[in-house]
Amino acid sequence: MTDSKYFTTNKKGEIFELKAELNNEKKEKRKEAVKKVIAAMTVGKDVSLLWYNFRDCEDPNPLIRALAVRTMGCIRVDKITEYLCEPLRKCLKDEDPYVRKTAAVCVAKLHDINAQMVEDQGFLDSLRDLIADSNPMVVANAVAALSEISESHPNSNLLDLNPQNINKLLTALNECTEWGQIFILDCLSNYNPKDDREAQSICERVTPRLSHANSAVVLSAVKVLMKFLELLPKDSDYYKPEILKQEIKVFFVKYNDPIYVKLEKLDIMIRLASQANIAQVLAELKEYATEVDVDFVRKAVRAIGRCAIKVEQSAERCVSTLLDLIQTKVNYVVQEAIVVIRDSDNPDLRDRGYIYWRLLSTDPVTAKEVVLSEKPLISEETDLIEPTLLDELICHIGSLASVYHKPPNAFVEGSHGIHRKHLPIHHGSTDAGDSPVGTTTATTLEQPQVIPSQGDLLGDLLNLDLGPPVNVPQVSSMQMGAVDLLGGGLDSLVGQSFIPSSVPATFAPSPTPAVVSSGLNDLFELSTGIGMAPGGYVAPKAVWLPAVKAKGLEISGTFTHRQGHIYMEMNFTNKALQHMTDFAIQFNKNRPFYNPDRLTYTTQFSLPNTLYRALHYLKILVPLFEVAVKNNIDVFYFSCLIPLNVLFVEDGKMERQVFLATWKDIPNENELQFQIKECHLNAGE
Amino acid sequence: MIGGLFIYNHKGEVLISRVYRDDIGRNAVDAFRVNVIHARQQVRSPVTNIARTSFFHVKRSNIWLAAVTKQNVNAAMVFEFLYKMCDVMAAYFGKISEENIKNNFVLIYELLDEILDFGYPQNSETGALKTFITQQGIKSQHQTKEEQSQITSQVTGQIGWRWEGIKYRRNELFLDVLESVNLLMSPQGVRYLKVFEPKLNYSDHDVIKWVRYIGRSGIYETRC
Repeated sequence: MTDSKYFTTNKKGEIFELKAELNNEKKEKRKEAVKKVIAAMTVGKDVSLLWYNFRDCEDPNPLIRALAVRTMGCIRVDKITEYLCEPLRKCLKDEDPYVRKTAAVCVAKLHDINAQMVEDQGFLDSLRDLIADSNPMVVANAVAALSEISESHPNSNLLDLNPQNINKLLTALNECTEWGQIFILDCLSNYNPKDDREAQSICERVTPRLSHANSAVVLSAVKVLMKFLELLPKDSDYYKPEILKQEIKVFFVKYNDPIYVKLEKLDIMIRLASQANIAQVLAELKEYATEVDVDFVRKAVRAIGRCAIKVEQSAERCVSTLLDLIQTKVNYVVQEAIVVIRDSDNPDLRDRGYIYWRLLSTDPVTAKEVVLSEKPLISEETDLIEPTLLDELICHIGSLASVYHKPPNAFVEGSHGIHRKHLPIHHGSTDAGDSPVGTTTATTLEQPQVIPSQGDLLGDLLNLDLGPPVNVPQVSSMQMGAVDLLGGGLDSLVGQSFIPSSVPATFAPSPTPAVVSSGLNDLFELSTGIGMAPGGYVAPKAVWLPAVKAKGLEISGTFTHRQGHIYMEMNFTNKALQHMTDFAIQFNKNRPFYNPDRLTYTTQFSLPNTLYRALHYLKILVPLFEVAVKNNIDVFYFSCLIPLNVLFVEDGKMERQVFLATWKDIPNENELQFQIKECHLNAGE
Repeated sequence: MIGGLFIYNHKGEVLISRVYRDDIGRNAVDAFRVNVIHARQQVRSPVTNIARTSFFHVKRSNIWLAAVTKQNVNAAMVFEFLYKMCDVMAAYFGKISEENIKNNFVLIYELLDEILDFGYPQNSETGALKTFITQQGIKSQHQTKEEQSQITSQVTGQIGWRWEGIKYRRNELFLDVLESVNLLMSPQGVRYLKVFEPKLNYSDHDVIKWVRYIGRSGIYETRC
């Protein structure tokens, strides 16, 4: 009698029956009932109320104790979880390591159900104590639980990694199972060693893991080493920037690999191709071009072209390979080969490509498409991932982020980016191009925010500089120096526009975040000085200069009223594909009653697709406003209307008598009457 | 960590379903079936992302094993775990097929409880597991306290595949040398010959590095 019959039950009212059966005297009946419950669970019924096992926590058999702890943690009913705490506390200190390790995981489960209770009852401290446990499995589970819990509290230092803890972790590393090693290695990669000697000792103890049979262990070990390699002095033995160059044979494609493996291997082979191994690689690629899968063949042919570009000395050989392929006269092979030849840099190759194309009159339609389309030249730059993204992905080697090639917050809700920190500068080897990743990724392409209320404007400026990283779009790579321009630019804006006392306008690049935040500090002082009054209606930014009229520069803006002064706020968005520099702005002076404080100023804005704000402090007395903006492309003119509400003052409350008198004073000719139809009235606040 | 584990047959019917985390709903089961098993185009990747949930799958004959998560989990670990799960199941009941899975579903749930606690992979050594997850049910009343703690110390110990305190009269080590050769031939002759390095029989421990000497007589000599 097999158990598969339990899958076919579908009677109603089962839960009650099952409960009775579970409490039955006879063991056999109980066993059958449990089996039914499990089958019911698989089919989708809710049987959570049937699992009560508290008194088993004190059973003499450690297996039972552990099972009880584990089952308790699976009950996700709030009322019951209060009763969990005492048994759990006992089990965390149980004499048997198996029970302790299960209890460690149970704390993580409890945190999922009720995070507050876990903190209140002090379980987090108990977990931290378990890191010092004598049994390595317990240590590994405690580390895994703490790592996951600390992901939901990103700023608190739950794990509290210090050199003593690290030592215990490294000891446990040698003794636990493969999964435990993965947990510990992943945790280590988030640790920032305080000097290079510590980094080196950690690297030494992690290196043996590289020969483990479990690939996840190896990858995690690689992650730790890659992150710490940068911190080591350059002359140490571990410095191996060119991993894998000699091992290209490992990546040769096998006939029975699944298609995604083949494509990935092809990618890797191209990146590893060099003068030394190009002959083998080309031979392999030529064989792949005779494979069955069309996509794979196309990619292989294209790969030959990329090899030609990458290893220039071998371009001749690549071309002859391509020509051989064209001889085969297979449709898609020929197409790809022609495309590749046409795109390469060498004019001789291109000519030969054209000649052979003319000889082949097989497929004139495709050939026409190929020749007439304008594709940009392939260059090796397309092989590289954008450097800031690469930095962040190194922190996530082996995890899903490296599979998707995206930072974790792109596909996980509520996650926070890991910033790769650098050693303190004391041994003085910060390279010039080594600006902190934190600010760089933070300024990566913040989308234009909805116009905030006055009080939040500060918050927005803060976001611009220090917010969490966002998705990197497909636009060309950012320059590292741009951060500083942004910081410097804002500083100068702030300095010149607002603060009456002299703040030196700095255009110099500021590599550390300190300067940017001091700029923001100035803003803070500024805010108390001018006192951004909350409240007041701010119209959303209207587009004043559309991008189509201004060759990619879009300006939108609005007027606001603060503390008796009228401000004009503008967003400059560069929608063109090129940089814009040398901005200047000028307001039409010929209008009467116009008295601006600032007429012109210049700054450097350069990034495509990014957003800059400009705040102008003006005194305006006329509704229509004409503005001229110049950048390196052209000069553009636009005008904007000042809405009336901006001209109102905040303290407009009038006495009732004064209001009535003033109303009567308005001459009758100025009165107009309208009937508002279909208006719903609410009592005004 | 792993949020859920599902096993489907070739039609897409779910045979085993175990959800460890709240953020994985019942619709995850269906989402995988619709988007991967019954997908019209050929599936291009073992990792699929549907509605911010990531699905890792492995196919053995006509059985699909899928792991689900919403977090940024260590992808290599998930795949290694899925392969390990297949090995453990095969060690218990032979070939992985729909019939075998249905007949042993209780055992599979017990195994999942033990080796994937709350989504964290735990000790998955077949030898150790067989001592306390047996197919006939736990005969716990008759075990003495020493035997029980022996089991737990094996499961949590440094050497998971061996009981502590075992001593043999003769200390011998048997090594199985498994070599495989990949050969690609075409009408013109041998194109490609690759010899794989031999591994130890126990697959999840550090491989001993050794050197093979082929003497003049053609006899293998091995030195570690």
